[in-house]
Amino acid sequence: MTWTNPLRDPRDRRLPRIAGPCGMVLFGVTGDLSRKKIMPAIYDLANRGLLPPGFSLVGFARRDWADQDFAQIVHDSVKAYARTEFREEVWKQLSEGFRFVQGDFDDDDAFETLRHTIEELDRTRGTEGNHAFYLAIPPGFFGAVAGQLKEHGLVDPTSDSWRRVVVEKPFGHDLESARKLNGVLAEVFEHGSIFRIDHYLGKETVQNILATRFANMMFEPLWNNNYVDHVQITMAEDVGIGGRAGYYDGIGAARDVIQNHLLQLMCLVAMEEPTSFDADSLRIEKQKVLASVRLPRRLDLATARGQYAAGWAGGEKVAGFLEEEGIKATSRTETYAAITLHVDTRRWAGVPFYLRTGKRLGRRVTEVAVVFKRAPHQPFSASSVEELTQNALVIRVQPDEGMTLRFGSKVPGTAMEIRDVNMDFAYGGSFTEDSPEAYERLILDVLLGDPPLFPHHQEVELSWKILDPILEAWERKGRPEQYGSGTWGPASADKMLARDGRVWRRP
Amino acid sequence: MSSPPMMELVDTTSSKIASEFVRARKRAGSPAMGMVMTLVIVVHEDESEAAMRAAREASREHPARVLGVILGDARGAGQINAQVGTGAGWTGETALIRLKGEVVKHPASVVLPLLLPDSPVAVWWPSDAPEDPAADPLGALAQRRITDAAAAPRHKGKALHVQCSAYVKGNTDLAWTRITPWRALLAAALDQHHLKVTGASVTAERISPSADLLAAWLHDRLRVEVERSSSRGPGITEVVLDTAEGPIRISRPDGKLATYQSPGRPDRPIALKRRGLPELLAEELRRLDEDDVYAAVTKRLRQAGA
Repeated sequence: MTWTNPLRDPRDRRLPRIAGPCGMVLFGVTGDLSRKKIMPAIYDLANRGLLPPGFSLVGFARRDWADQDFAQIVHDSVKAYARTEFREEVWKQLSEGFRFVQGDFDDDDAFETLRHTIEELDRTRGTEGNHAFYLAIPPGFFGAVAGQLKEHGLVDPTSDSWRRVVVEKPFGHDLESARKLNGVLAEVFEHGSIFRIDHYLGKETVQNILATRFANMMFEPLWNNNYVDHVQITMAEDVGIGGRAGYYDGIGAARDVIQNHLLQLMCLVAMEEPTSFDADSLRIEKQKVLASVRLPRRLDLATARGQYAAGWAGGEKVAGFLEEEGIKATSRTETYAAITLHVDTRRWAGVPFYLRTGKRLGRRVTEVAVVFKRAPHQPFSASSVEELTQNALVIRVQPDEGMTLRFGSKVPGTAMEIRDVNMDFAYGGSFTEDSPEAYERLILDVLLGDPPLFPHHQEVELSWKILDPILEAWERKGRPEQYGSGTWGPASADKMLARDGRVWRRP
Repeated sequence: MSSPPMMELVDTTSSKIASEFVRARKRAGSPAMGMVMTLVIVVHEDESEAAMRAAREASREHPARVLGVILGDARGAGQINAQVGTGAGWTGETALIRLKGEVVKHPASVVLPLLLPDSPVAVWWPSDAPEDPAADPLGALAQRRITDAAAAPRHKGKALHVQCSAYVKGNTDLAWTRITPWRALLAAALDQHHLKVTGASVTAERISPSADLLAAWLHDRLRVEVERSSSRGPGITEVVLDTAEGPIRISRPDGKLATYQSPGRPDRPIALKRRGLPELLAEELRRLDEDDVYAAVTKRLRQAGA
């Protein structure tokens, strides 16, 4: 017999989704990801009343800490990075569920202690055997940790409880390593229990791409090669690699950003309407886009890469990539990558998608620009439309979340003079201030077992299939071009678009 | 939040207020605001500042044109004074409009020209709500009519029943909004314990419209008698659901931190803070269609009161 909760009613839309009894085990407690994102998000969820009573957080690390020391770390991180106000009673509720287990990833005793800790929590906090393992550690350790979890019986849920694993990018560094990494996890967890976080998909503005496209009448009719000239997807950072040389060297911009964030954004922009918004329907449509991507024949002409050189960025004198600490002077890792992709479908044939990302660029911005064709005929004289370029619809993902529509308008005056104007939509401060942050949304979805916003392994593989040939071509071909810090990338990127008769937007 | 600069308009009209909105926006560099609704607040002079502040905070989530309307003494010649502002510190526009004299009887004529085109209107009475909000001239302009039985200045015990009797589609009361966290937690409790509830009780301050609504909701959903007991508060202090395996009990003696007890499980603390007006208002403005569950609960209370 299935149980129907009499207090639930589909019409009762005030009631939030609260996760059932559960806990989380966090590996990699001292890392930036844990301190700046995961811990604050957990506090914010508790503050919004979305975590179950008795929610517990177990930290696992090498440090010689007691539970209180761990609590102190979480406390500091919450104070520094949480988005909602600090409330003593929320903290009290949360902190009673903090535990710390000390050990290395190859330490059997430590994992035995972890098992006891989880069992103790099930008894005293009522987490009922439901636990998510968050691997906020380098992927090189996934195998060791997953193996230990299996060996110590930590991943075998009883009949009505669950165990899930959460991993972050990078999901490998090419197709082969991605398969291997997935193999390591799939050996221990079934595929429905593996949650890959691409935090871009948790962003309100990104989810809003689907709402804009499929809830409205006025955009979708234009959303094809009859009207669209090309699409530019940009993720620019104004910072350099900072202290992440160890991670970044050998990885580079394409693997770090294009493989996951930009290809996912492209999927949402290019996909057909899914039959519903459940995980499977979305995944099917995204996979279709990835599978129909075709690379240009001349990869040397249709891609560009670069490394930032020393210079002035935003009024600051900054070092070049090759001078950064921990980077060899001979490093060929790219800090800027731009690629051209074609989508071989009836909708998109002939419409190139230009994807670019880089560090030390002009400003921090992520946006999707759908650039339309010119009107086939202008009844105005050539001189009056001189200043008119192409219409564009720009989805501003961050910062300054919103949408810009660029179109031509008459310049006030007696002459018929037409120029570009921008119409801006900004949904107040709500995208940035009060709405849940991406990590909150995604962590809650993990605890609820709700998978639509997590990329599936198939998508990861397809993304690598797109990127691998480009990376190999780059591997064969010398060094990345230097570009000035604080500019919009190397000259080769501009030439790449110029060959197609187009220019990059200045975002 | 510091008070933004306000333009004072003395002895003015709706169209002058409307032009001031446009001027103020231009002064602020024509920021794009994407306002989604108009919120009309019918308020007394002495509570206007607090109400406008709450509305401004709620408008961070729901960018709105906020029109505060203070109805003054209806005797004598009509006069409209207004303070108009925009931009600084919140998303949207506000005007605090003081009516006195004859025009007090015709407030809709002032507000109607100031409604944003083709977008929803909500009206909120922070304390003194009309007995039939939908029949009120300002209430009639709105899709959403928000009252607050707990803030009624007199006949506090009866205020909720008055509102329930006048219920029509679009009416809502902040007493109902206040219990969303309680309801969420109780629903989550039954998600975990698949047990039949055989009885229930709600303990709260003697006069607590929220507790009455919570009891009516439990009665409506669970089809069991719900005992309503009095305590010294603050607000709701305890809710118990009886089951064959023992009680599920949520007690919150201090209005902040609750203890959650359930059969066969350890006791657990859970934060259950009484929320402030901005949060309540923001929840209320999130959806402007009919609240079917509230409709069913008001029906229950009407039957019980009859």
